Amino acid sequence: MAPLARVRNWLDERFGWDELLAPLRHKTVPIHRYSYWYFLGGITLFLFGVQVCTGILLLLYYRPSANEAFESVQYLMTQVKFGWLVRSVHSWAANLMILTAFLHMFSVVFLRAYRKPRELTWVSGMLLLFLAMGFGFSGYLLPWNTLAFFATKVGTDIAGQVPFVGHRTMIFLRGGEEVTGATLSRFFGFHVAVLPGLTTLLVGVHLLLIQRFGISVPARIEPEWRELPQEKREMRFFPSFLLRELMAWYIALGVLGALAAFSPWGLGTKADPFAPAPAGIKPEWYFLFMFQTLKLIPAKLGLLDGEVVGILTFSLAGLIWLLVPFLDGTKRTQRLVTGAAMFVVAYMGMMTAYGYVAK
Amino acid sequence: MGMLLGGGLFASALSFFYPVLRYLVPPRLTDMGGDTVVAGKVGELRPNSGKIFRFGSRPGLLMLGSDGQYRALSATCTHLSCTVQYRGDLRQVWCACHNGMYDLAGRNLSGPPPRPLEQYDVHVRGDEIIVSRRREA
Ligand code: FES
Repeated sequence: MAPLARVRNWLDERFGWDELLAPLRHKTVPIHRYSYWYFLGGITLFLFGVQVCTGILLLLYYRPSANEAFESVQYLMTQVKFGWLVRSVHSWAANLMILTAFLHMFSVVFLRAYRKPRELTWVSGMLLLFLAMGFGFSGYLLPWNTLAFFATKVGTDIAGQVPFVGHRTMIFLRGGEEVTGATLSRFFGFHVAVLPGLTTLLVGVHLLLIQRFGISVPARIEPEWRELPQEKREMRFFPSFLLRELMAWYIALGVLGALAAFSPWGLGTKADPFAPAPAGIKPEWYFLFMFQTLKLIPAKLGLLDGEVVGILTFSLAGLIWLLVPFLDGTKRTQRLVTGAAMFVVAYMGMMTAYGYVAK
Repeated sequence: MGMLLGGGLFASALSFFYPVLRYLVPPRLTDMGGDTVVAGKVGELRPNSGKIFRFGSRPGLLMLGSDGQYRALSATCTHLSCTVQYRGDLRQVWCACHNGMYDLAGRNLSGPPPRPLEQYDVHVRGDEIIVSRRREA
C-alpha cells in the first residue's frame, strides 16, 4: 500500500474518516449563468486566512503603546527585510476582504439566496461583515499616525452621540474620555484577540450552515429549472468546484501581491494629540459613505442634533438590513427589498465617490 | 427547589459578571491640570496667529489677534472633537475635519459644529500668558 493510503486507512480506522468526509463528497454546486457569484464568499474566507497569517507576522515586531507604536511600524517597514511587504499585504488584503465581503453580500441580496431556510446563514454573514468593519476600524489606529488618530477620534465620537448608551460606549472604546495610549491598548486587544476569536467562531457557524443547507439556487433560476428539469445542471463540490475555487484564490493572491508590491501602503506622520487636525481627515473607504452623509447633514434638524439623526438612521438601516430575510415574504415586499438594495448600492457608490472628491 | 437553584445560579452569574463589567470601564482620571495653565510666553506668537497648548488632558487654542489681544478657546471641536486651528487668512477658527468655522469668541459660524467652543480667560503676568477656565457665574 502506498504510504499515503496507509495513513488514510489508519485515520479511517480510528475516526471513521470516510464517513466524516461523506457529506463533502455528496455536496454539489448548481451551475447556471450566475454561478460565478459563488466564488466571492470563498475568496473572502481566503483573504481572512491571509490576514491571520500576515497579522501574526506583524505581531513579531509591533508594539502597542502610544510611544512605540509608530516607531515600531516604521522600524518594521524600513529595517526588517520584507517588513514593508508584509504590512502592505495586510493592509491591502484587509481592504480587498471588505470589498469581497460587500460584493458577496450584495450578490446574496440580488439572487435572494437568503430565502428560507437560509435566514440564519444571512444573519451570521451580516454579523461577520460587522466584525470585519470592526477589524478595519481597530486596525486603522494601530500604526498611531495622524490620520488614524483623528479618524478614530471622530469615529468614537460618533459612537458617543448615540442617545443613552453612547457616552458609556465611547468611554469603553477609548478607555477614557480622550483618544490616548489607553485607546491604543484596547484597540490592539480587540484587533488581535477579541475580534479574531469571534470571527473564527462565526465563520465556523456560517460554513456549517452552508454545509447543512447546501448551496442556494437563485430565485430566478429555480422556476426555470422546475419547468425544464433537463436544464438543471450541477457540479460536484469536491473536487470540481473546490479546484475552481482554488484557482480563484490563486488569482486573488496574484492581485493582492501586485497591489501590495506596486502600491505599498504608506505610514504617514506620527500622531500628536496636541496638534490641530490636518485637512483631509477621512476614514477608510468603507466608512466614507456614512462619514460623508454626516458631513452633509445640517447641525440642527428641528430640535435634534443633525449628527444624532444621521447616526440613528444608519443604525436603523443596518438593523433592517440584518433582518432582510424575515421581511422578504410576498411578491410586493420582494420587489421592495430589491428596490431598496439597488438604492443602497447607488447611494453608497455615490456618497463614496463624493467623499473622495470632496475636500 | 427550582427557584433556589435558579436564584443561586443567577446570583453567582451576577457575581462573575459584575466585576468584569466594572473592570471594562476605566477609572476616572483626576485632571491634574487644574483650572489654570501657562499657555505660552509673550512674544512667542506673531499677531494674527495661534497655537495649541495643553489644558490638562485636552488641547486649548491661544490666539493673538491683529488688534494685539490674546484670546483662548477650547480647541476641541464641538462637532466630533477634532482639534481646531486658527486661520490667519480668514481671521477665524477652523476645524479641518468637516470644515467647521468659529469666530474668535468661539461662536460657531458655519459648517456642522452645533455649539460654540468654550471660552477661557487670558491674563498676561510678566512674560507668561496664563489661561484659566471661566468660573460658572
Ligand atoms: S469635528 Fe470639527 S467640524 Fe467635524
